Parts: sequence; structure tokens; C-alpha cells
Amino acid sequence: MLELTGAQAAARVRARELDPRELFDAYRDRAAADELNAFTWVADGPPELAPDAQAPLAGVPVAVKDLFCTEGVPSQAGSRILEGYRPPYTATVVAKLLEAGAPLLAKTNQDEFAMGSSTENSAFGPVLNPWDRARVPGGSSGGSAAAVAAGLAPWAIGTDTGGSIRQPAALCGIVGLKPTYGACSRYGMIAFASSLDQAGPLTRDVTDAALLLRHMVGHDRHDSTSVRFPGPIELPSAEDLRGVRLGVPEELIGGGQDGAGIEPGVRANFEATLRLAEALGASVELCRLPHAPHALSAYYLIAPAEASANLARFDGVRYGLRVDGSRDLESMYMATRSAGFGTEVKRRIMLGTYALSSGYYDAYYGTAQKVRTKIADDFRAVFEQFDFVVTPTSPWTAFELGAKTDDPLAMYLNDFCTVPMPLAGIPAISIPSGLSAGLPVGFQLAGPAFSETRLLDAAYALERTIGFDGSAARR
Amino acid sequence: MLDRAAVLHVARLARLQLSDAEVQRMAAELSKVLDHVEKIRELDLDGVRPTSHVVDVVNVLRPDEPEPSLPRDVILRSAPDPVDGGFGVPSPGAAGSDRE
Repeated sequence: MLELTGAQAAARVRARELDPRELFDAYRDRAAADELNAFTWVADGPPELAPDAQAPLAGVPVAVKDLFCTEGVPSQAGSRILEGYRPPYTATVVAKLLEAGAPLLAKTNQDEFAMGSSTENSAFGPVLNPWDRARVPGGSSGGSAAAVAAGLAPWAIGTDTGGSIRQPAALCGIVGLKPTYGACSRYGMIAFASSLDQAGPLTRDVTDAALLLRHMVGHDRHDSTSVRFPGPIELPSAEDLRGVRLGVPEELIGGGQDGAGIEPGVRANFEATLRLAEALGASVELCRLPHAPHALSAYYLIAPAEASANLARFDGVRYGLRVDGSRDLESMYMATRSAGFGTEVKRRIMLGTYALSSGYYDAYYGTAQKVRTKIADDFRAVFEQFDFVVTPTSPWTAFELGAKTDDPLAMYLNDFCTVPMPLAGIPAISIPSGLSAGLPVGFQLAGPAFSETRLLDAAYALERTIGFDGSAARR
Repeated sequence: MLDRAAVLHVARLARLQLSDAEVQRMAAELSKVLDHVEKIRELDLDGVRPTSHVVDVVNVLRPDEPEPSLPRDVILRSAPDPVDGGFGVPSPGAAGSDRE
């Protein structure tokens, strides 16, 4: 039963070959016995409402990143400042999944406020990679990725701001999809960088990603940046890649600036995957994204700037932690924020506050927003000649715990190949493309806005040929 | 690049209290990050329109009709110091008492 994908389990339930209560209990037992620190909360009993076997997701339970608000269930965004916070409402994408028949199994550990690429920035301790427990699972949705990879949850959702779904999916050997900006409502997602944040699925295979995404997208009156998704998300069925034009951006695979060089094992796997794509009928050619090397810089100005504004709400007044400083209001604000936020969050608030401060606004934030325009223009030009842009998802496989915690810039370089897409608002998927020295490697495909169905189809055709076996991580 | 005074100024704007060790570390780390991101200032971006939102959306309007929101007691359940149906806070004045 635990070897079934989410879609397979749902089909068995619908065919009355599998009892959804047994499925829930089996996963709940596994999640409760988790040794990876993948969860911040696990359901202590079966869902109140018996699973509806005829609902689209047929009672197959879902694990949800901590930063999604879930009514009455701890939602802490991996932060001390929200320790024990139980929100009075549920995030729209979670509500939609519940409605589609996927009960809440657990909340997953994450980097605090989604700021990180290793899940080492969680106030609740780091998550371990199920392929090698001395290594990180990636981040910030590291708990969701590790849980799915280790078979502690059938499927999960996370959020991606600069790579936070795709990079942990890559490092854990599973599928992760960041949808087009606006495809999924952000209502009830504890905000990091509002112009970039998107929810998306982390799953064992591409079909599961399509099935979950289908029930996440849609306009929401509570988020005026959400849009009506044009057409349904179809389940993938492509058997080959005939006629598909893949563009390999020189600027992203060339090694990057300041040592974001792609590991030899990752590069070899990427080249081999391109050959498989060609064998399936795709054409593979180099393309140009001239401003992509500057995406990381623009991202590390825009995201912290937006974060510094979003995190101003954590002041000890309405929810979460309060630390009484001396006696006045301002010292309470400062004492609360200083005690409640971790080092990386403080660092990004400082960076963002500086980039927005008087005298520096135009030079930093304004310039970064112009670079963002150039990056979106670069993608538009490439998509006139190519169907998808492909890169390795992460320049490296999973690294050892503590290896990059002392060097913020080295940690940020993890996102070299994943930040350009959210800056342009376009969808991208990471699929496992093999192992390098026993650790999973991810292959990223990005397409134009709202191309999710085509993107999933292409990923599916590749997935079938690659034949990645993730069962070792589920033992 | 970022000296101690600049770090303290920004920390004050962000309502963060940093220890001496944190100030020192922050100055070094932020300087390193800023040195890196600063390269974008070498790009020729004259006349480029800044992007604040990636999807083409126009202003979203709806009729301004009152509707129920979450009950007061439900909201106050999460508050660190609910007082008389509101959020209790220390006095804004430095020399003030605990509550006005």
C-alpha cells in the first residue's frame, strides 16, 4: 500500500480495493514514527469526517508545509515567533484539497518563513535527507520533500519563492512543481515575498503532481492576484517528445558567477538526460538568457525587501510570541522580534530594510525591479523559438548538514538555476533524473505562463524513459 | 562597506535589537552579500520599466458591501494579551504605566 503513488492509491480506493481509513492510519503511523524531523505536527487520529471514496482525491491524505494556515492546527512557519499559533481559518489551497477529498495528515518542517535552501533555518531543528541522514533535504520545503521521498506521506504541498519546492524535490529525488504566479491563491499562506510566492505540489511522480495541482489552482476572491486558470490541468499522457524544442540557457549551465559551478556529477547527469530527451524526439539547442546571471542578485534584493515589509506584522500584539522588554510599546516590539526571529530571518529583514531605506531605494530595489523586467523579456524571447528551457535544478546534490551555514552567500548560490523563473512568474518543474554518487539529481523544465499541462506532459514522457527508482529512500 | 553605525541604523528601522556580536557579524555578512548583488548596478537599464507584478492584472474591484468577518473572541484567542475585547499593549510612552 505504501508503494502506491497518490493517484494509484486514489484509484484503488475508488475501485473499493483499498480502505481509505486504513491508508490514512498506515501513513499516520509512519509519520508519527518519523526520524527525519520532517514534521512539526502529525494528526493524532483519523479525520473527523470519514474520507469520501468517490471524491477526486479519494481520501489519500496530504502533508502540508507549516506556513499554510490550517484552522485549529499549529501553523508556525518554522518560527519561534509563531510557536503554538493555531489560526482561526484555513488557507485556500488547503481548503480546496480537503474539499477534493485529501484529509490533512501532517504539517511539515521548513526553513523559518521559507528563508533557506537546506531546512537548517527551522526553529524546530533541521530535517534530514532520507537518502543520507548526514545531509540536508534542501529547502525551504525540506520537510515536505523528505516526507514524500521517505514514504511518510503519499504527497505534499509546499511553497516556492526562489526554488523552495524544486530544489528540495531535486535533492530528495521526487517531483516538485512551481506553478505560474497567480495560478494558486496565496490566501492563508504566511507571506515571505508576495510578488514571488506560489504554492505547489511535491510528489512521487509527475502524474501525482498534475492531480494535486488540478485541485489547487483557481481564482480566489480572497487573493486579488490569483487568476482563473485557462483550461483544466490535464493528467499527462505523452509518450514521446516529438517536435518539442528544448533550450539550454548558456548563462545558467555555464557555471555561473562566483563559483556557483555545477558539480561534475550533476553536469554529466544533465547531459545524459538531454540525450534521452533527444532519443524521445526532442530537439536540444543552446539558447540565451542574457540577464539570467543577474537573477540571483535581483532576487536577493526583491525578496528580502518584500519580506521586511511582510514580517513587520510580527510585533507581539495580535498573535504569536510576546516578550515584554522594559515597559513601553516600542521596547516590547524590539524584544519580541529579536527573541522570535532566527539569524537568517534577521539577516534578510536587515538586507530588505536597507534596500528599501531612504537614499538606497532606487539604487537597489528600483534597479532590481528593472532587472526583473529584463529577465521576463529574455524568457519571452526564448519561448518564441523554444517550448521549454531546461537546466539542472540545483548545481549540487544534497550537501552535508552544516556545510554552508557559515556562508550565507554560498547558501544563496543554491538557487542559481531556480530564481529566474519566479522573477518572470513562469511555471517550472523538477523531476528526478538519476543519481550521482548515490544522491538524487534533479532536471528542471520551465515553460511560458500557464503552460502547466504541456510542461507536465513533457516531464511525464521524460520520467517514463528515465525510470528513476526512489524506493531506496522509503526503506 | 556597511559599518557598525549603518547596521545599527537599519536594525532600528527594522525594530530589531542586535547584540554586539550580531552587529559585527551582520556588518560582515551583509557587506559580502551587497558586494555581490551590487553588480546589477553595472547593467544599462536606462528606460527599462520596473516590474512589480508579473501577471497582467488590472485593478480588482468589488461592490463595497458589508459582510461578516471572524468573531472577535475567535480572533482574540490568538492574542498574547487580550484586554476588554481588544489587543492589550504596553504604553507607547517611554515613561508610561503598563496600560493607558
